[in-house]
Amino acid sequence: MEIQTRKEKVAVVVSVKGRMDAVTAPEFEKNVIDLISKGEKTFVVNLGELDYISSAGLRSILALAKKLKEREGKIVVAGLKGPVEEVFKISGFQSIFKIFDSEESALREI
Amino acid sequence: MRILLNIKLPAKLENLGRWMDAVSECAREQGFDEKKIGKIELAVEEALVNICNYSYPEDPGNAEVSCKQDNSRFIIEIVDSGIPFDMTSLPAPDLTSSIEKRKIGGLGIFLIKKMVDEVKYRRQGSFNILNLTIKRGEEK
Repeated sequence: MEIQTRKEKVAVVVSVKGRMDAVTAPEFEKNVIDLISKGEKTFVVNLGELDYISSAGLRSILALAKKLKEREGKIVVAGLKGPVEEVFKISGFQSIFKIFDSEESALREI
Repeated sequence: MRILLNIKLPAKLENLGRWMDAVSECAREQGFDEKKIGKIELAVEEALVNICNYSYPEDPGNAEVSCKQDNSRFIIEIVDSGIPFDMTSLPAPDLTSSIEKRKIGGLGIFLIKKMVDEVKYRRQGSFNILNLTIKRGEEK
């Protein structure tokens, strides 16, 4: 798994590549928690280049969303495709998260 | 029934990659496409993570993964000797509640059931035996 973070005017973009599984998800979560503790409140998670996600990855995203909700922040997801999109769909995550087709549209409309 | 793979390792998350690589390699050799292999990997990860996290609350133990071929079925058998635990008996998670109310967890077994054609659990002696079956030629 590869994580890149970039600060934009309206949000921090976190791009995740590769696989988010039980071994790698904690690293993703920690990365975002560090940014939250530095005061960041709005996140766009770009999963366009993520090939695989398991329930551990979903759990991390949900845990971050809960944390941000308490702080009146938010996390949205962009670029879902293939098996990752399917896992989002069947676990109901597509209806509880704001999902954007692309990072650009997420940044425009967030 | 033909045994294609058998790999027994300590039930620890650090071994997840080894199990996953071995199972996907085996599924690939059996001619499954990458989409199906992704589903198999997801089911196997969820089952193994459950075992690594919950089967051995006290003394550490092993998990053994076998892949078998039986006519038109590809079966992944996962065995551990931890506390009796039938993950197939867990209720389905709530898939509709909001971020605040949605519970963290319960998704693993739900995903397993969605990824493979059949999930069967049995307790035999001191072993938990989980069989994940993929039927060939039936797209799920």
